[in-house]
Amino acid sequence: MKNKKEVLFKLFISTLYLSAFTFGGGYVIVTLMKKKFVDELQWIEEDEMLDLVAIAQSAPGAIAVNGAIVVGYKLAGIIGVLTAIIATIIPPFVIISLISVFYAAFRSNVIISQLLEGMQAGVGAVIAAVVYEMGLGVAQSRNAASILIMITAFVAACVFQVNVIYIVLICILIGIVRTCIHHKKEAVK
Amino acid sequence: MIYLQLFLSFLQIGLFSFGGGYAAMPLIQGQVVSTHGWLSMSEFTDLITISQMTPGPIAVNSATFVGIKIAGIPGALIATIGCILPSCIIVTLIAKLYLKYQNVDTLQSVLNSLRPAVVAMIASAGISILISAFWGSEAIVTLAGTRWSLVAIFAVCVLLLQKFKMNPIWVMILAGVIKAVLSFAGL
Repeated sequence: MKNKKEVLFKLFISTLYLSAFTFGGGYVIVTLMKKKFVDELQWIEEDEMLDLVAIAQSAPGAIAVNGAIVVGYKLAGIIGVLTAIIATIIPPFVIISLISVFYAAFRSNVIISQLLEGMQAGVGAVIAAVVYEMGLGVAQSRNAASILIMITAFVAACVFQVNVIYIVLICILIGIVRTCIHHKKEAVK
Repeated sequence: MIYLQLFLSFLQIGLFSFGGGYAAMPLIQGQVVSTHGWLSMSEFTDLITISQMTPGPIAVNSATFVGIKIAGIPGALIATIGCILPSCIIVTLIAKLYLKYQNVDTLQSVLNSLRPAVVAMIASAGISILISAFWGSEAIVTLAGTRWSLVAIFAVCVLLLQKFKMNPIWVMILAGVIKAVLSFAGL
């Protein structure tokens, strides 16, 4: 491949740019990453990129950060990871730092506080819509185990205020057990 | 030691948020609002709103926002590092294994078991946000204390999102503007 300095520089600029101008969360950013690194620069094979995206989406943490890590690692190893992560972190870090400075001053302003109050109802609606879409997806899968997990987790989190970390841990355990059972069944067949 | 607390809290958020997007939200609420009281429910909701309107993942935005509020720029840096450290280690390891063995099936199947729970936890966090929006930060739920104008705004927003597929950012801005106009009209 091209010399490493050039790759790192391009990687830094591309991830910085993607991170600064991508609204709408991790799923959007990995799509744009694919466009940039597979279609435009042709540094990564399409099939490989799909698997890298799958890794970014299934590992813990923010998808945009994970996406930067897999692409960085693939292109330039650990140095690539660090380069891509720093580039991804800089834009939100700077933007939110600036906003936090103004937030305290703004929050006491009458107009701003009314605006933010209305926006709280708005963001509640956005989350309700997201939950509806995702929940419908689970319900339509007609997978009894998934539906049971969803209902139990909801009751645990909302009614009994169980720490979400325990819910995540239990589900990981269930996932591992299910995979083992599945593999055994396949083996019997 | 406030730096250590910030670091450990955001480390847990980074380690246990699976599924992207809103998945980190219930964890952030658990650590930042319930466990440590660094933000009130209403500040937390503002943070989610701000995150929606700016680029960057919710977890990273929250780490910066909470870090600065609690311990200035160094706090923000430490919280951000805490939040991305688990990703760095875990994702790099998986990428390494993948480039060797090219198999991500097991990972996907664990995620399949997690997804329904993630939906449920986001729903639960969403309910806390709505309670805070409709009844204020004290969250004493009574019929008389209900802020009906916000309930109405919520209903309008749901309609715009579901029926007219409007962009969420515009829906939120519109919600804010409606509330400001209503309150100056004396409603």
